[in-house]
Amino acid sequence: MYSYTGRVLHVDLTSRQTAVQTVEPEFLKRYLGGVGLATRLLFDNTRPGVDPLGPENAIVFAASAFGGTVVPVGTKHGVATKSPLTGFVGDSLASSYWSHTLKRAGYDAVVIKGRAERPTYLFVDDEVVQFRDASHLLGKGCFETEEAIRAELGDEAVRVSAIGPAGESLVRFACIGNDRGRQAGRTGPGAVMGAKNLKAFAIRGTKPVRVADPAGLTAAARDLIKAAQGTATEKYRVLGTVANVLVLNRIAALPVRNFQQTTFESADAVSGEYMYSHHRERAVACSGCAIACEQIASVKDGPYAGARTSIDYESLYALGPNCGVDYFPAVIKAAELCDHYGMDTMSTGVVIAWAMECFERGLLTENETGGLRLNFGNHEAMVALVPLIARREGFLGDLLADGVKRAAARLGRGSDAFAMHVKGLEMCGYDPRGMKTFALGLAVGTRGGCHNRSGAYEPDMKGHVDRFAAEPGRGKLARDAEDYAAIFDSLVLCKFIRGCFKDFYAEAAKLYTMATGLEMTPDELKAAGERVWNVKKAFNIREGWTKADDWLPPRFLHEPIPDGAAKGVYILEDELRMMIDAYYAARGWTPEGLIPPAKLRALGLEDLEASLYPTAGVGGRVP
Amino acid sequence: MPHKFIVCDPDLCVGCQTCEFACSVAKEGVFDPLRSRIRHVRVEPALALAVACRACEDAPCVTACPRRALVRDDRSGMIRVDNERCDGCAWCIEACEFGAIALHPERRRVVICDRCIDRDEPECVALCPKAALSVSTPDVVAQRTRRNVVSKLLAELAQG
Repeated sequence: MYSYTGRVLHVDLTSRQTAVQTVEPEFLKRYLGGVGLATRLLFDNTRPGVDPLGPENAIVFAASAFGGTVVPVGTKHGVATKSPLTGFVGDSLASSYWSHTLKRAGYDAVVIKGRAERPTYLFVDDEVVQFRDASHLLGKGCFETEEAIRAELGDEAVRVSAIGPAGESLVRFACIGNDRGRQAGRTGPGAVMGAKNLKAFAIRGTKPVRVADPAGLTAAARDLIKAAQGTATEKYRVLGTVANVLVLNRIAALPVRNFQQTTFESADAVSGEYMYSHHRERAVACSGCAIACEQIASVKDGPYAGARTSIDYESLYALGPNCGVDYFPAVIKAAELCDHYGMDTMSTGVVIAWAMECFERGLLTENETGGLRLNFGNHEAMVALVPLIARREGFLGDLLADGVKRAAARLGRGSDAFAMHVKGLEMCGYDPRGMKTFALGLAVGTRGGCHNRSGAYEPDMKGHVDRFAAEPGRGKLARDAEDYAAIFDSLVLCKFIRGCFKDFYAEAAKLYTMATGLEMTPDELKAAGERVWNVKKAFNIREGWTKADDWLPPRFLHEPIPDGAAKGVYILEDELRMMIDAYYAARGWTPEGLIPPAKLRALGLEDLEASLYPTAGVGGRVP
Repeated sequence: MPHKFIVCDPDLCVGCQTCEFACSVAKEGVFDPLRSRIRHVRVEPALALAVACRACEDAPCVTACPRRALVRDDRSGMIRVDNERCDGCAWCIEACEFGAIALHPERRRVVICDRCIDRDEPECVALCPKAALSVSTPDVVAQRTRRNVVSKLLAELAQG
């Protein structure tokens, strides 16, 4: 077997038992790796209705077919677990050294279940698995934990995925940090690790990665590396994704003050251009990346002097315009704190913006905020709130730590009208009211308020369609965007290189064959994307998904955009329903959005039928 | 003629490790940073550099080897390892001031950059995404440094 290892490590933290499962090349080819492989293993290793924060939930880490090779941007790993935020599939991706070290230790994936009796960190040292005491690491931030473990084990080649205090406190949007500044960020996998008493997962891998055609793969990689220095990646290399601020402001899709507005009067002060000239130190790369998009920003003076972290658009939107904050150093400080405590910057910004709107509407009193005057734009209050959430301190910290959906349900007072989430996952940084294809993609996405698992905003933003119009044809566009993203997330390749391919399916299939030695056609690769998406959907159906879950926050459906290039625009319920129906049809699903057995069989997923329709044949609901 | 070696420009290096994958596949046919003759290093969060053999004139690694397994090639300036003599004692690794020598994880003999003298261009240089790596001589390195320093001075003078 080439590039893959054919081995999955199973770890039970309760019993401290481990086992190695052998997997066949055919199985790996069907799910590719990353998100696809992790999700399939999650499905297979959890029972329906599992408590996300209970010991029976599994957290799965899966490597990439390209990880540890010279193929650029292939060094990423997928993480899948049942999300404590959404109750559905929680899949995330992270990059850099940890990703290929997992593979070089000899595993395509690791499935972790159970709950350690004491705070523990796992050390996978090639073939040897150690359960090590982590009591002395409690309370340490993500980077600090990484460094402490490396120092303790005495080897810089040990790579560490760790949670911070937020994961320990079971903040439902806690992330997992690795390689100083990379995160499996969304859907709360850090809380799952925290619930398992698993402070960190360290690996040392010393094996080489062997590929089927080293010369061919290296030659193809060289072309991609060269292409990755061209115009297709210029945005990422120079300004980084923060360039989006002014672009979205122009088209009135920039979320401002908890999505109350879509243009920001102070956009220039929180733009990528401003960051470049005032705060950017330089760009660095993940291991194995030829692009280098990670923009390190720092603060030289003022109240947040010394703050330094990498800033991307999503962190910037959430902690900047979405909180009404126009003071760039505060964004850097808040993001640095999120990275330290191990919290998703996006969810953090959205819950704080919700609290600010509650405060301004008089739904949260100063007594309940612990004296914080949470007006939009009060960056001091925003920065002060981050550690409170991470430690669940006070009424407000504890309220927000459960995510905006639960916070609104608990507070009541009508605050769910502006709780900006889909399926419980806090919104990403694009207002969908003036982007109808994206609105559909957002509503039906398996992980909730996310722009990364479906690029359905691209037809809208690139002008391929009339972004203000809802049409049945958007169903097919949303489907294609999801399958395309699923391939990237599973191969794994970073999507930032997507513009460097001339014929993506053909070129990626060829790269895959040269790496793994497994014949892959472009059509088979497309089918793998569709299969992966359907496994995610199947997991959600098994966990109780219904059609009502595919919907958008009320603000997008009832409040017209008040300003800018999309003034007056919102999403009609009927047009959203029409597009959702068209999407289910394009997917070959039932009008209720369920996967019929014939579709499962066509995708080679007939083995999921029994868990999706357990009572089939005795009067159960067979679609 | 001054000896050439691989230099890395820290202003361009982004710490991507591509050089290690390139080196190991060129030299061994597999991807493995532990087998790479060039190593990248990061000082978090923002400094990155790659290091390979500097072809020292009076190479301390050669002096340190108790078995005379290391020989400096007069023509290329690079250090050749005699695998019959080397027994992996790692004295040379300790002696090298740049950390440019590694122990091969399987063969347990040291490996040192040979600048891919049998190729047109070292594979790490060819694949470096940011053109941070180049083959150079001490003279050329000094020329570049002088040019940069004078340009900076000029810019400062122009600004007043």
